[in-house]
Amino acid sequence: MKRLINRKSEKDADIQKKPKKKSTNREILVMTYLFVGIFVFLIGKFVYFIVAESPNIINSTYNKRQDLLAERVVRGKILGSKGEILAETVTDANGTETRNYPYNNIFCHAVGRFTNGKTGIEQLENINLLTSGENPLVAIVKELRGEKNKGDNAVTTFDVALQKTAYEALGNRRGAVVALEPSTGKVLAMVSKPDYNPNTASANWDSLIEDSDKNSALVNRATQGLYPPGSTFKILTALEYMIENKNYQDYQYACNGKDTFGNVVINCYGNKNHGTEDLRKSFAKSCNGSFANIGMNLNLKSYRNLCETFLFNQKLPTDFITNNSSFTLKKSSDKSEVPQTAIGQGNTQITPLHNALITATIANNGVMMKPYLVDRLETYNKDIVKQYEPEEYGKIISETQAKEVQELMHAVVTEGTATSLSGLSYACAGKTGSAEYDSNKSSHGWFVGYAPYDNPKIVVSVIVEDGGTGSESAVPIAKRLFQSYLG
Amino acid sequence: MYFIHFICHFLLFLNTKDTKLVGLYLIELIFFVAAWKIYNLVYRNMSKHVFNNMMMLMAVSFVMLARLDYDFAKRQFLMVCAGMGLCLIVPFIIDKFKYLDKLGWVYAGIGIVCLLSVFVPGVGAEKYGAVNWISIGPISLQPSEFVKIIFVFFIAALLAYTDEFKDIVKITIVAAIYVLILVAEKDLGGALIFFITYLAVLYVSTAQPFYLISGLLSGSVASVVAYKLFAHVRVRVHAWRDPFSDINGGGYQLASSLFAIGTGGWFGMGLGKGLPTSIPVKESDFIFAAISEEMGGIFAICMILIYISCFIMFINIAMKMKKKFYKLTAMGLSVIFIFQVFLNIGGVTKFIPSTGVTLPLVSYGGSSILSTILLFSIIQGMYVLNQDEGRKVEKGKNEEIDKQKKRKGRRHSKEA
Repeated sequence: MKRLINRKSEKDADIQKKPKKKSTNREILVMTYLFVGIFVFLIGKFVYFIVAESPNIINSTYNKRQDLLAERVVRGKILGSKGEILAETVTDANGTETRNYPYNNIFCHAVGRFTNGKTGIEQLENINLLTSGENPLVAIVKELRGEKNKGDNAVTTFDVALQKTAYEALGNRRGAVVALEPSTGKVLAMVSKPDYNPNTASANWDSLIEDSDKNSALVNRATQGLYPPGSTFKILTALEYMIENKNYQDYQYACNGKDTFGNVVINCYGNKNHGTEDLRKSFAKSCNGSFANIGMNLNLKSYRNLCETFLFNQKLPTDFITNNSSFTLKKSSDKSEVPQTAIGQGNTQITPLHNALITATIANNGVMMKPYLVDRLETYNKDIVKQYEPEEYGKIISETQAKEVQELMHAVVTEGTATSLSGLSYACAGKTGSAEYDSNKSSHGWFVGYAPYDNPKIVVSVIVEDGGTGSESAVPIAKRLFQSYLG
Repeated sequence: MYFIHFICHFLLFLNTKDTKLVGLYLIELIFFVAAWKIYNLVYRNMSKHVFNNMMMLMAVSFVMLARLDYDFAKRQFLMVCAGMGLCLIVPFIIDKFKYLDKLGWVYAGIGIVCLLSVFVPGVGAEKYGAVNWISIGPISLQPSEFVKIIFVFFIAALLAYTDEFKDIVKITIVAAIYVLILVAEKDLGGALIFFITYLAVLYVSTAQPFYLISGLLSGSVASVVAYKLFAHVRVRVHAWRDPFSDINGGGYQLASSLFAIGTGGWFGMGLGKGLPTSIPVKESDFIFAAISEEMGGIFAICMILIYISCFIMFINIAMKMKKKFYKLTAMGLSVIFIFQVFLNIGGVTKFIPSTGVTLPLVSYGGSSILSTILLFSIIQGMYVLNQDEGRKVEKGKNEEIDKQKKRKGRRHSKEA
């Protein structure tokens, strides 16, 4: 009996002790969960890095491992959209590898070069060209036999016939041509002049770098050339006006060929008197006085917002290198900057690719598609390794707003500055521009447009440096492009 | 484990055709088998899983170091042998010196003196921007690696016997001195480890979430102050945010590490086929990137899981401890261990800014490997002790039950 009581009291003591001991263990558990928790995050981040982030990072030119891969893999080909070879690696009997570009200068900026610092698709897809998507077992067997595996081929979005047309149409003039498919963002053609031959780039490197003719042949003007947009910018000015004024149909302006805003004098091209005009006619005839007048009445804050939603002052949504376009007007800006900015002069600068992207967004009813150059990666025996799908960047404006601008751009062709595009078997739409770049009124000729009007399949952006008016220099090039692609 | 160890060395040999590697492999193999036998003898009933994990990580370390540089592997191997030899006396000490838990303030003093030793002119030395090395003659070592363990003994010994606010303030002040000394040595990782370990042990000991939360808050404030105050902290944070903007300067280490991990992908470039030698401090702080490059992301994740499983087994041991001092010590040591792993791997993978700490058991470096082996041994020692005590108690119980049975039996037989 006595023992029983003793035991009981011992048990009581145990019970009293237990909660305290348990509580310390609970704290230990809390700490354990905390640490295991942060490790779960750590592993998550590690996985995310390998899956999502690393493909871009390891393509950096600083990553010396790329050369290591080149010792085990023959660099893949770069192909046109229909399988034309744009770049390939040829191994001679001694095992020396050379990179060949069968189209010489035509794709020099678009496909890029392999030597002297990779550019274009050679740089963009570098790691993928050096990776073999072949069955790992076959790859290992080949490696053990001392054979090199074949890297994957990059099939581009370029339409080779269209690219050739653009290259020939631009001729000896400096400038750039970009063609996009508005519904997907595929880049169909991309030409920049002056150019160079990537096959001999290495041999001629010193003279290319020295650039005694001030050609800047190495620069891809299509993605990196910054030009004043000239009258092509009236697309955004008109759009902003229509957004701010529901009754824009009632707009009226009397043009005398010349007008004064504050202390700024604005001339129409050739001081042409356009007479009394509404918005449609102002746009079709590209009346500077009328658009300066429109600009003076705009809300500068929302004007800037619109331009920035169209990606001025921002990186374009592309994997390849582009320069940022700039729009400097803001709410606090001096009023005297407004008339020039509204007609596309002033401080505004844009790349040909960006101008094409804005036009494509309007043609695609307000939805901006990310421009891309590579359609898919496939192994040397044509198994698809990776398919790049079209990606929507976002809905920039409503469909109604886009349709309103489309009508204005159609008027440019039917009754305005681009009538030479009328009478084709399909309807076109667009906007010309003559961007003055010095005080002598020398100007670059611009044209941005698309066709067919009712079902856009191709958007073009053409700039001809020192080409005079867009109607004279850029529109004929656009016409050849439309005919080549749709004709 | 033996299999992986063999395959890796075989591949290395194929790549380099260096016969020294064969020798090293055989000696390592003998070492693993011998260590297994001897430790089973000395640490009776040790936790075999913990021991296996430890050996596995060391094997990975040997392989990777041999791949980077034969001499690294050789020296690391000698260090490991020395460490494993020394640690044979750990269970003896734990078993015989029953007053280990009465020496709290003594530990505190020894720790601070060791930490301060790097400031003694002629002895202290600077490495990788931190003044946390001492060199005496040919030997150079990093006192903070060993002070970590002393630190845990110090806080565990004192906190085990008090809940009083006044005492806690005193202990906190001394712990803060440790952290501040490390900050002065520009050893940020070390400072962070001490800080987090103190918070964890304090929280477990007092069961007051208030301490944990206020500690974390003050830690955040302190890190903002450190960012504003010290240029070297800013450099690291910038390098972490965007290593590629300053790739030729502060971002170089991290960028190389990311290139390595990224190019390795899931399956790795193959042992000897990557370019881990291009990563700065690849043998020590950035060894994880080198492993991930050549052996692949999957292997790297498995390694993280081994670390986590070590930690969880440590925690298990801590929870089984009956005496609060042992419990807190085990807890503190586990936190030191796992938090260091976190700082290292997090830093290498751009999860957190890099703090310049080694990866326990894998990184090259005598101080680091010795202190980690010691840490493992102490926990093993305590585990053994606990089991012994458990067995004695059980034995006692069993004997009692036996006696009762016998008594009953006798009674029965009498009645019959």
